[in-house]
Amino acid sequence: MTAAGWLQLLVLIALLGISTPLLGRYMARVFGGTTAPGDRVVFLPVERLVYRLCRVDPDSEQRWSVYGISLLAFSLVSVLFLYALLRLQGHLPFNPDGQKGLGSALSFNTAVSFVTNTNWQNYSGESTMSHLAQMAGLAVQNFMSAAVGLAVAVALIRGLVRRRSATIGNFWVDITRSVTRVLLPMSIVFTLVLVSQGAAQNFHATRPVTTIEGGTQSIPGGPLASQEAIKELGTNGGGFYNANSAHPFENPNPFTNLLEVWALLAIPFALTFTFGVMAKDAKQGWTVLVAMFALWLIPAVAAMAFETGGNKKLTTLGADQHVTATQPGGNMEGKESRFGPAASGLFAASTTGTSTGAVNASHDSFTPLGGSVPLVNIMLGEVSPGGVGSGLYGMLIFALLSVFIAGLMVGRTPEFLGKKIQAAEMKLVVLYILFVPVMVLSFAGISVVLRTALGSLGNADAHGLTEMTYAFTSAGNNNGSAFAGLAGNTQWFNTTLGLAMLVGRFLLIVPALAIAGSLARKQPAPASAGTFPTNGPLFAGLLASVVVVVVGLTYFPVVALGPVVEHLVGKF
Amino acid sequence: MRRQLLSGLGLLLAMTVLTGLAYPLAMTGLSQAAFHDRANGSLLTRGGAVIGSARLGQAFTRPEYFQPRPSAAGDGYDALASGASNLGPGSEKLLDEVAQRVATYRRANGLGPADPVPVDAVTASGSGLDPDISVANARIQAVRVAAQRDMPVDAVLRLVDSHTQSRSLGVLGEKTVNVLQLNLALDGSR
Repeated sequence: MTAAGWLQLLVLIALLGISTPLLGRYMARVFGGTTAPGDRVVFLPVERLVYRLCRVDPDSEQRWSVYGISLLAFSLVSVLFLYALLRLQGHLPFNPDGQKGLGSALSFNTAVSFVTNTNWQNYSGESTMSHLAQMAGLAVQNFMSAAVGLAVAVALIRGLVRRRSATIGNFWVDITRSVTRVLLPMSIVFTLVLVSQGAAQNFHATRPVTTIEGGTQSIPGGPLASQEAIKELGTNGGGFYNANSAHPFENPNPFTNLLEVWALLAIPFALTFTFGVMAKDAKQGWTVLVAMFALWLIPAVAAMAFETGGNKKLTTLGADQHVTATQPGGNMEGKESRFGPAASGLFAASTTGTSTGAVNASHDSFTPLGGSVPLVNIMLGEVSPGGVGSGLYGMLIFALLSVFIAGLMVGRTPEFLGKKIQAAEMKLVVLYILFVPVMVLSFAGISVVLRTALGSLGNADAHGLTEMTYAFTSAGNNNGSAFAGLAGNTQWFNTTLGLAMLVGRFLLIVPALAIAGSLARKQPAPASAGTFPTNGPLFAGLLASVVVVVVGLTYFPVVALGPVVEHLVGKF
Repeated sequence: MRRQLLSGLGLLLAMTVLTGLAYPLAMTGLSQAAFHDRANGSLLTRGGAVIGSARLGQAFTRPEYFQPRPSAAGDGYDALASGASNLGPGSEKLLDEVAQRVATYRRANGLGPADPVPVDAVTASGSGLDPDISVANARIQAVRVAAQRDMPVDAVLRLVDSHTQSRSLGVLGEKTVNVLQLNLALDGSR
């Protein structure tokens, strides 16, 4: 990797170093139950209005089961509303290009995709969506699905830190505050920065122009910067246009590119600080942060290096892939000139380490090993540092598994933050960890023997297997990026990917909330000589290893048959 | 459950108004006021007519113009079909296409059969609308463009230099040359 490549990584780490403690402490106050900045002037009046409108008492608290039912009810209403909006967009305003309503299978897939924070896209925004569907449908779910993730994360933290409590918070209050105090203010600032750099924000219809050579080009319009901002900050990833963050309107220059990568990572990393503050144990927050950081950094450096190294097969054809003062070199198929291979590799690892799925380059055209980075990152279960909220609750579940494994190894009672981890919690942890791999591998396995599914492949052989596996891995883990050669807009993929997204979201949230409820009821035991410390480098190492080993054992065969076979047999 | 569904609907409607209407409309208003040209797509005009966007690449085939990268968007630079080729790194189709592009580029620019070709000149971009090419690519093309226009090569190279965007903050991304703006400047210098 080049010096400039390392330097842009350092700039990013410096930005994260500033934002993580500031934002983390701020969120701890937002969800901490006492007063928070801006209460009287801005936020409380707006929030009270919202609570009155949906007839919610903000001072009441919910048991985990009620919290979960509220969450599921809200999500169900969201899917139905978005489905209807997509079907009916042809009859609604803000549709200057006269886009027609979507078909039922695609509407189902898209509605589920945005409500589950996945943002898998079987459509091209510029030729499918009206401005209204984008901003009042898709972008609203960008906010709300991220807010749901945040709510579950803080509910689980409360479960861990409360003593003998029957309740874990109020779902309606948590998602409302997530939007008004975290996501919306950050999005407003980020939108204006993006527009100042050249991202578009208008309500124009597509504008046909005559080019210099006399051809025609149709320049699309739309309120896309405001959507781009929340797309990254909410780790959603659904592009306004098909090319997503590779599109010059969405990501105009290397500076916005770096900010977009920061925006993906900002809230997930900051939540570790929120956890530390709420647990009154800053070291505990740091421990989770270090594990997440290591799991993000190593793949990021790998992807940057593999892509800068280039594609040997193009060298033999005469393409010069050397890095020089006048060209970026590297594997440039599917990459933008202004980003080059280093910034593309960094983006790819960060968008898949978080559950974002936005792309600034074609993952399908990465080198076999470079392309295995996003795949393996998603397989890790989106905890490096994961999606907004989902990253932290995923990692805390892995932490429970880690204390259990450590307890078995050294013969100590498994405890986390003083709470005994018992059979009831471990059963839920195992369910949480098994649901997604079982489903991903089953669907991918069925698809590789189905003729209709195979017809969607854009590439053959081992690369095709990777393409198929990637789709279900991405949907099941709510990432949403793709090896986009796969033609996903078919009945089979719209339906199965939609189901994978639902299972991967809600069948994980329910056990996570159940664990929160079960732990909240417990009285923490004071630490003794027999307590395994969970706040130090040893535990950070153990936690990261458990994530890698659990995932490695589950997915190793398919990674070996996909990217590894392609690399070895293809002689890259 | 019925109460939860009603609360959910109420919250969704409130949030649709707040984040789905008020937010994008306010952002559009502010952007239009503060960054009018950029918010409208950085459109470029010549002789009063809009001829494209500074952000979006457009197709050039004539030898007297600098040529952009290959594009997988529609038939090339179709802004209603942005996207990449998504061909795998060992795909036969990709390798055939690159071989052909290498041959065409060498022929067009008077390179020998063993001369290396800048990789960005023979690979399709991620968006299919990449507005830029590498400096190395622009310098090779400058010789051809100068000959076609009966201009001294130095003059064309000077234009390339003045249209080279350096890395953001000195380290981010890569050095690039905006093809459309360079070609407009070329036409203007006649």
